[in-house]
Amino acid sequence: MIAHLRDAVVDYPGRGRALGPFSLSIEPGEIVAVAGPSGCGKSTALRLLAGLESPTSGVAGREVGRGATSLVFQAPTLMPWATAAANVALPLKLEGLDRSETARRVAGALARARVPDVGAALPRQLSGGMAMRVSLARAVVTEPELLLLDEPFAALDAITRRALVEDVHRLWTETRPAIVFVTHDVEEAVYLASRVVVLTPGPGRAAAEIGVDAPLPRPEAFRTSAVFRDTVERVSSALATAMGEAA
Amino acid sequence: MRRLGDIAAPLALLAALCLGWEAACRLLRVPVYFLPPPSAVLAALWSRAPLLLESALNTLEMALLGLACASLIAMAVALAAGLHRLLESAVRPLAVALQVTPVVAIAPLVSIWAGIDHPERAVIGLAVVVAFFPILSGAMTGLKAVDPDLQRLFRLYGAGRLQTLFGLQLPSAAPFVVEGHRVAAGLAVIGAVVAEFVAGSGGTQGLAWRILEAGNRLRTAEMFAALLMLAILGLVVHWAMAAAEAWILRRWGAR
Repeated sequence: MIAHLRDAVVDYPGRGRALGPFSLSIEPGEIVAVAGPSGCGKSTALRLLAGLESPTSGVAGREVGRGATSLVFQAPTLMPWATAAANVALPLKLEGLDRSETARRVAGALARARVPDVGAALPRQLSGGMAMRVSLARAVVTEPELLLLDEPFAALDAITRRALVEDVHRLWTETRPAIVFVTHDVEEAVYLASRVVVLTPGPGRAAAEIGVDAPLPRPEAFRTSAVFRDTVERVSSALATAMGEAA
Repeated sequence: MRRLGDIAAPLALLAALCLGWEAACRLLRVPVYFLPPPSAVLAALWSRAPLLLESALNTLEMALLGLACASLIAMAVALAAGLHRLLESAVRPLAVALQVTPVVAIAPLVSIWAGIDHPERAVIGLAVVVAFFPILSGAMTGLKAVDPDLQRLFRLYGAGRLQTLFGLQLPSAAPFVVEGHRVAAGLAVIGAVVAEFVAGSGGTQGLAWRILEAGNRLRTAEMFAALLMLAILGLVVHWAMAAAEAWILRRWGAR
């Protein structure tokens, strides 16, 4: 186990309960999708796993250090005053890595994220998809053991989104980090993950956990397979049931 | 075409006002010491241009020195306040009190502290006083205007307090800091002129002294010429700071 939540509850003063009780355990190298409606506390769960928040009650634990965890947000979240390369270098700079090693790893990460030539560009000069790839490069430059993705492609068009999902699969095959992928897109969740955890509407609790019976990484053809369609159906139905129970 | 109109419209209005003013002075035979016509003002400006320009540069130099001192002090205070929330709570009310106190009321005190033989110190001091608040306020607001997700990333990657302050908060504050300096630059000129008036001596040889000197001799056209030079100085400072702001923000990466 690389990270876990056990009966984790998050209450915000004045805003009530955001999450829980919710339990989730992440094994090394697996891809877990957390799906649920808006406002169910998916991002809160991710912040607990990242160690950026503490649960009001329950346990949030990680067996990897902070340097071994990376996070990608819905927006690229790049520093507008810094070049793409400087943005990717951020975790290494904060770690105190020397310049030549930083430059080598930044170039490698940009190449792995399929944006090898944008290092000198400022974020405003990048398209949405390129900026998100730079954000992905920053997340993988530390070669994390736990990669947390908070609806990273929600703001992108369908074509860019599909290409980036493929990129995440490819990046996963290179170093096999554990990935927790928050989304409200059922097809994306089923295509990318080895299991899908469905949350109830806020405050989110686990409504169902559905395994995706196909080895990773998956070919594009998987999207038209019977397993894919069947799993999407089961996840959608679990979501509908969770929504119905909440109503 | 629209840009040309934007430039031409105020110039046309100015020309019309000057023509009306000139005609009124001539037709109504207004005494020159009471209200000189624009032609007399331009003549005074022409004849005293070297002196007025030198005085304008004196005022500008002292205002810019005041701005530089205010910038150093205000940025240091804002950064310290950015490190300790309690310090910010302590500083803000005092800064606001300084801001709401009329600069004319503080001027005599600053003159005394500067010493009667050093009116230039009073001028710089008062420019510092008026320029301080906009820079401090802009910097303190900007240091808190950080993208919360970027802040989370810094925490996730184990950034220390100083790394976050200088690597994230200070660059994030850049647009606010630049805006604060733009406002402060205009105020520094006002502060310098007020201090020159209060000092009331020729020690500083600034534009306010030229206005006082001409007023004492009832040379109203020369007063207007100095006023005109003061307005030009204000506009130059405003345009220079606006251009610097646009350049810095472009470099900073704003869209």
